[in-house]
Amino acid sequence: MRYILIVCVLIFHTGCAVSRAQSDVHAFIGATLTPISAEPIADGVMLVEHGQILRLGKASEITIPVGAVRHDVSGKVIMPGLVCTHNHIGGIGGADRTGPIQPDVRIFDSINVRDAGFKRTVAGGITTINIMPGSGHLLSGQTSYLKLRGGNTIDDLFIRDSDGKAMGGIKMANGTNSRRDAPFPGTRAKSASLVREQYIKALAYKRKQEAAKEDPAKMPARDIGMEALVEVLEGKRVVHHHTHRHDDIITALRLAKEFNFRVVLHHVSEGWKVAKEIAQSGVPCSVILVDSPGGKLEARDLLLKCPGILEKAGVKVALHTDDWITDGRLFLRMAAMAARAGMSREGALKAVTLAGAEMIDLGDRIGSLDVGKDADFIILSGDPLSVYTKVLETWVEGNKVFDRSNTQDRLYAVGGYGAGNELEPYFCCFDHAEGQ
Amino acid sequence: MMTRLITIAVTTIGLSLLSTAAHAQVAVRGQTVYTMSGASIANGVVVIDDGKISQVGPANEVSIPAGYLVLDAKIVTPGLVDAHATVGLSGMLNYKHDQDQIEHSAPIQPELRAIDAYNTRDELVTWIRTFGVTTVHTGHAPGETISGQTMIAKTFGNTIDDVTLVESAMVAATLSPSALKKGKPKSPGTRGKQMAILREKFIKAREYQQKLAKAEDDKKPDRDLSLEMMGKILDREIRLLITADRAQDIASALRLAKEFNIDIVLDSAAEAYLLIDEIKAAGVPVIVHPAMYRAVGNRKNQSFETAAMLKHAGIPIALQSGFEDYVPKVRVVLFEAAIAAANGLTFDEALSSITIDAARILGVDKRVGSIEIGKDGDLALYDGDPFEYTSHCIGTIIDGQVVSETIR
Repeated sequence: MRYILIVCVLIFHTGCAVSRAQSDVHAFIGATLTPISAEPIADGVMLVEHGQILRLGKASEITIPVGAVRHDVSGKVIMPGLVCTHNHIGGIGGADRTGPIQPDVRIFDSINVRDAGFKRTVAGGITTINIMPGSGHLLSGQTSYLKLRGGNTIDDLFIRDSDGKAMGGIKMANGTNSRRDAPFPGTRAKSASLVREQYIKALAYKRKQEAAKEDPAKMPARDIGMEALVEVLEGKRVVHHHTHRHDDIITALRLAKEFNFRVVLHHVSEGWKVAKEIAQSGVPCSVILVDSPGGKLEARDLLLKCPGILEKAGVKVALHTDDWITDGRLFLRMAAMAARAGMSREGALKAVTLAGAEMIDLGDRIGSLDVGKDADFIILSGDPLSVYTKVLETWVEGNKVFDRSNTQDRLYAVGGYGAGNELEPYFCCFDHAEGQ
Repeated sequence: MMTRLITIAVTTIGLSLLSTAAHAQVAVRGQTVYTMSGASIANGVVVIDDGKISQVGPANEVSIPAGYLVLDAKIVTPGLVDAHATVGLSGMLNYKHDQDQIEHSAPIQPELRAIDAYNTRDELVTWIRTFGVTTVHTGHAPGETISGQTMIAKTFGNTIDDVTLVESAMVAATLSPSALKKGKPKSPGTRGKQMAILREKFIKAREYQQKLAKAEDDKKPDRDLSLEMMGKILDREIRLLITADRAQDIASALRLAKEFNIDIVLDSAAEAYLLIDEIKAAGVPVIVHPAMYRAVGNRKNQSFETAAMLKHAGIPIALQSGFEDYVPKVRVVLFEAAIAAANGLTFDEALSSITIDAARILGVDKRVGSIEIGKDGDLALYDGDPFEYTSHCIGTIIDGQVVSETIR
């Protein structure tokens, strides 16, 4: 039995090496290209090679190499794969109830890559996500930036920086979610105080590290929580800060200034009340929209017009699903709702692509259709902001990871019996998603 | 871009209408008027007198009397009917003091009336009104075996008496683990026990009715509000609205209806597509869950296409905003219908599911759900395809009163 399995795996691997889409030039011909970083291109051609965008432009200006795999996508719309800066799929569990601040916890140690949420998310056109622990702590752990390549283990999804390290930020929260019985804070002032104490400790830890001058004998004892906070202080790890009420937003900005950490404000329900102050701080916002205000006191003034007001004030604005709060399949809908309530059409599309990419330090690799960027893109049946438009295909690094014409993929896109179950394991590559 | 609402005539009346004029004389001109009682009318006019629709037809056949408030819109539809909600009971802030949709002190409490709990001024009632929703079937939520009664209300009015269309519309039941209890002394703890206590309650209600009928006047049993209500279900004076999502729970609902020969309406029904023949044979209408409900737990296999599958099989359906215990605290039934319209329902079918078809299932189609002479003057005005994400509701009229001019 074991012997047979090994043979199968070998065959699959060999097959993959030959059929891997990355090894060929793929030409997508005839679609309206929506690069985000530039004006839309009608009747465009995009060439993809080795998982990256090779060229794009008007059909009349692009020479399609001989032997390229040609994809007729006339009448369709191609835009970058969507980027969700705030996501909770994968059956995750971050910090536990032992304390309000737990920077030692890594969310990627808890992600189930077979969770059906991954399939629904690519069905919605999302190709990159920031999976975060929840908001029930002042600091609930390290977040994880993932490419939805499909994959058998979490390692297959990591996005690695130039040092080969799996990228991610850190999750913080203020307001009411993180308030509870001791050792958790009972008030807003106590919340801020606990956070300041930890960062002051981290500063001291960092000074000890620096004083040691890389002499192992003089280094402070390892503290993996402090190590993560030092990364925050050094700007290597962005703080993703859950915050709703106007005063909580200002508190988050005050803490960021005191400790000079890089921060993205998340949810920002009352951001429209302090749009000018946010703009002056230069801090970007990742906003969530839901279909009505309320659900809790601090979200009573959540308004659909918030992204539009922030945009006009000059704030960089992204949107996020907060999946399971909203469903990854409806992410483009959120952009449309932002546009409905006053955001510019361009701003709304940027908010689900490039703006989000920049907020997770990936603006140079993803988020727009530009030569040299990862070939992460989606093929749509029409206007990205129309309810009637469908995501037809989702591509990550030159591989098709979702195809609506595939029965199994369609099940996750639409729902139906079996859509809620775990995924079948992949053995190799993306053959499953391509329906082969 | 946006069609401005008020154009001519008595523009100055504007907002004062909200508080003063009881039944204004209003005319609405629409580039397209979807009456839901026949073909749509291009360049149509609807005239409302004393709260009721008095004229409807093409502009060249309808004359607008002098002095009427005249409104213009690209699209005019009947005021929307949300076939099942908890709005008004499940308040906006989601704290204990504004959550009256569920009472957990006992598993079966059909005597709880929605009219004793509905807050006409909850901000979420205002919220849905600004999207064109004029009638809601609301009341006790899923979450107990029988959680209480529902009512049908208009979304504008000062007191409960101002808004009530039907005081006691249905009795809400839940067949699902969401209505089961955890822990030793708690019951019902299983699906089997839940059905058992429901059946026992119906049997008791039958006995109570028989005692009442037989006994001399001075020997009548004490009045029992709970059994009285169960008796009304047995007499088919009122229907049991059964929330059931998994196919096996839907089958249990049908089994219960058959045993006691009662009229039921299926609610939510995420896996109804697995039992189309059975539901059709039972002649039971389905108020399908919001398309954008979270696909978790009992609804993990829900589909955007359920409404279309049932409708095309010939089962009467309506759509709903449902119950939400977190966010969005109220859903907007227009948005749910939009998703259904993009996933198999035609435009007309989707609009019907939140107007005339909903009104029929609720039994209030003589009053609301379509634009016809004599019906309530309830209209919704839009600046484009109402289902399109980027269109706006630009006005809402209830009983001839302009109750929203917010562009939303």
